[in-house]
Amino acid sequence: MDSRLVQFVNCRLLRDHSIVKDDLWVRNGKIENPEKLFFDEKVQADVRIDCQGAIIAPGFIDLQINGGFGIDFSHDIAKVEEGVAKVAKGILAHGVTSFCPTLVTSPAKLYHQNLPRIKCKEGGAHGATVLGVHLEGPFISPQKKGAHPIEYIRTLDEGFQTLMDVYSTLDNVSIITMAPELANAPAVVKELSNRNVTVSVGHSMGDLRQGEIAVQHGATFITHLFNAMLPFHHRDPGLVGLLTSDAVPEGKTVFFGIIADGIHTHPAALRIAQRTHPAGLVLVTDAISALGLQEGTHQLGQMVVEVKDSRAFVAGTTTLCGSIANMIECVQHFAKATGCSMVTALEAASLHAAQTLGIERKKGTLQFGADADFVLLEDDYTVRSTWISGECVYKNPQYNK
Amino acid sequence: MRLVIQDNASEVSDWAARYVMRKINDFGPSADRFFVLGLPTGGTPLGMYKKLIELFKDGKVSFKYVKTFNMDEYVGLPRDHPESYHYYMFENFFKHIDIDPKNVHLLDGNAPNLEKECVEYEEKIKQSGGVDLFVGGIGPDGHIAFNEPGSSLVSRTRVKTLAQDTLEANARFFNNDISKVPKQALTVGVGTVMDAREVMILITGAHKAFALYKAIEEGVNHMWTVSAFQQHPRTLFICDEDATLELRVKTVKYFKKLQNDNIGPSDTLNDAHFSPCDGAQGKTQYALM
Repeated sequence: MDSRLVQFVNCRLLRDHSIVKDDLWVRNGKIENPEKLFFDEKVQADVRIDCQGAIIAPGFIDLQINGGFGIDFSHDIAKVEEGVAKVAKGILAHGVTSFCPTLVTSPAKLYHQNLPRIKCKEGGAHGATVLGVHLEGPFISPQKKGAHPIEYIRTLDEGFQTLMDVYSTLDNVSIITMAPELANAPAVVKELSNRNVTVSVGHSMGDLRQGEIAVQHGATFITHLFNAMLPFHHRDPGLVGLLTSDAVPEGKTVFFGIIADGIHTHPAALRIAQRTHPAGLVLVTDAISALGLQEGTHQLGQMVVEVKDSRAFVAGTTTLCGSIANMIECVQHFAKATGCSMVTALEAASLHAAQTLGIERKKGTLQFGADADFVLLEDDYTVRSTWISGECVYKNPQYNK
Repeated sequence: MRLVIQDNASEVSDWAARYVMRKINDFGPSADRFFVLGLPTGGTPLGMYKKLIELFKDGKVSFKYVKTFNMDEYVGLPRDHPESYHYYMFENFFKHIDIDPKNVHLLDGNAPNLEKECVEYEEKIKQSGGVDLFVGGIGPDGHIAFNEPGSSLVSRTRVKTLAQDTLEANARFFNNDISKVPKQALTVGVGTVMDAREVMILITGAHKAFALYKAIEEGVNHMWTVSAFQQHPRTLFICDEDATLELRVKTVKYFKKLQNDNIGPSDTLNDAHFSPCDGAQGKTQYALM
């Protein structure tokens, strides 16, 4: 880690919910307070880096990503460490500095084998930080399974005990998505919250009341809003109604992931969500293994996938098989569809995810004392470079020194 | 005394900044010989700082070999409070230039022993070789720094209780809640500023006109402490037209004529006259990202 004091100049920062012209000071992988450096330590910068007018935003955080670059976390079991590392490295180019590798509904055996191997790991030149695993299933509704394999969907017959039997451990687990209407779900939600696991409702046939009960027991996230849940109905708002529910405990915010790839969520729906509960909106990619692959046909696990026009189809069909938009594309699409400010778009990709996990003092922010994970961007969100702990871990080849 | 009258506050700031730049560059400071600058805070000097930053960025002046001593600081206000003078100086000036933080001096309004802090400040000024140019402003009650009416004209750095006029003038920075304005401040004394080799006072606005009149057209009086500078060998007052409103026409005409006769259009205050000096921004190496 660089113990030199580095001053980033000629840049604009996302700070305190606005973009300001100011310098960024970094030392020992953390963001420093220049006032204290000046008056207490009386030091000047060892190194100055000219950002040539770029915007510095906190590094993006992806809470839901199933794989990428040919890797599928739920299926490439044998070399799971390598797989996670490959994705961690590849997403640096998208400005993502922290992520939650996501496992879809799988047999208990897979969790037993893999969970201990997908370790939380600080990022660096090797790749983005692994915050912890997002377990999307198997405690979901069979009617809202999406692309999950129905044979491995489970119920919580013995409540929390069943959950532990299936997963075997909660070490390295950040988020668990479950259907709140399952029997014993509320108690399980509560137990998980007490153990600092973020509980998310999703892949569910639940109505608003069931969602509210889950929130009152500690659930704080909604997995890919609109997808794999009942549609909003004006007399029965379903889980979508959590965005405006008055049953949310005082002081708590319900965050929600949304896939803004231009395909999974209609722009009008995106706007409704953004205008209704802007502070809770978290951009997620929910990307599949074809993320980052070139146009053409690819063998991915059991499936043959065709990447064409930035979409992934089951080969030979027009059936979409998951998102492959990267985080930058999601941010760009989100900003364009909603017409929102750059601050809003950037916070939806960084701050809100950090708040969801309760790590907003260190990640998703450029405040003093936070980890120096950030991204230099053009005004159109193109990534110029990505930095983790104050070290440049990705440089866009289009931008020469 | 010299009295320089400019059209408006913006031109006063400009002129003052260029004067400071010229004094530093003429002095030619180096590692063995620092230029010592006394600095004010407040509304009036803000424009001067902005202009100085511009001049620094254009490579026309460097603060690498400049030492600074600020005039004052509130007592009891946290250093990072938006109204503290540390905050003002850092945000409006120091963070934009190349000054070495070790060469920056401000009174510490949170020192455990305020009297000791003041005595040590005087000592630091002495050790620096004395102030070459002390820049200051003037309060509506004619005070310089926090030397309120009635302050000894030979006073040194000390703790002062602020006058009602000052509290009222400053309330606008504390949400118009006068109860939030600090009641005490540490300030250099009139005597301290008088020790400087040269003094430059900035005065802008009609609300300062009466104070300017009292300062230069009436006698030396501890009720209008800026008047003490009538007895300083090198004092320069720069003001705008509005600040001259209470002066005699004769005074204004006299100094305007002096200005026109001695400082013509191609004067040395023109930017183009100055070449970049060592340490100015043009010579720093930057890594591009």
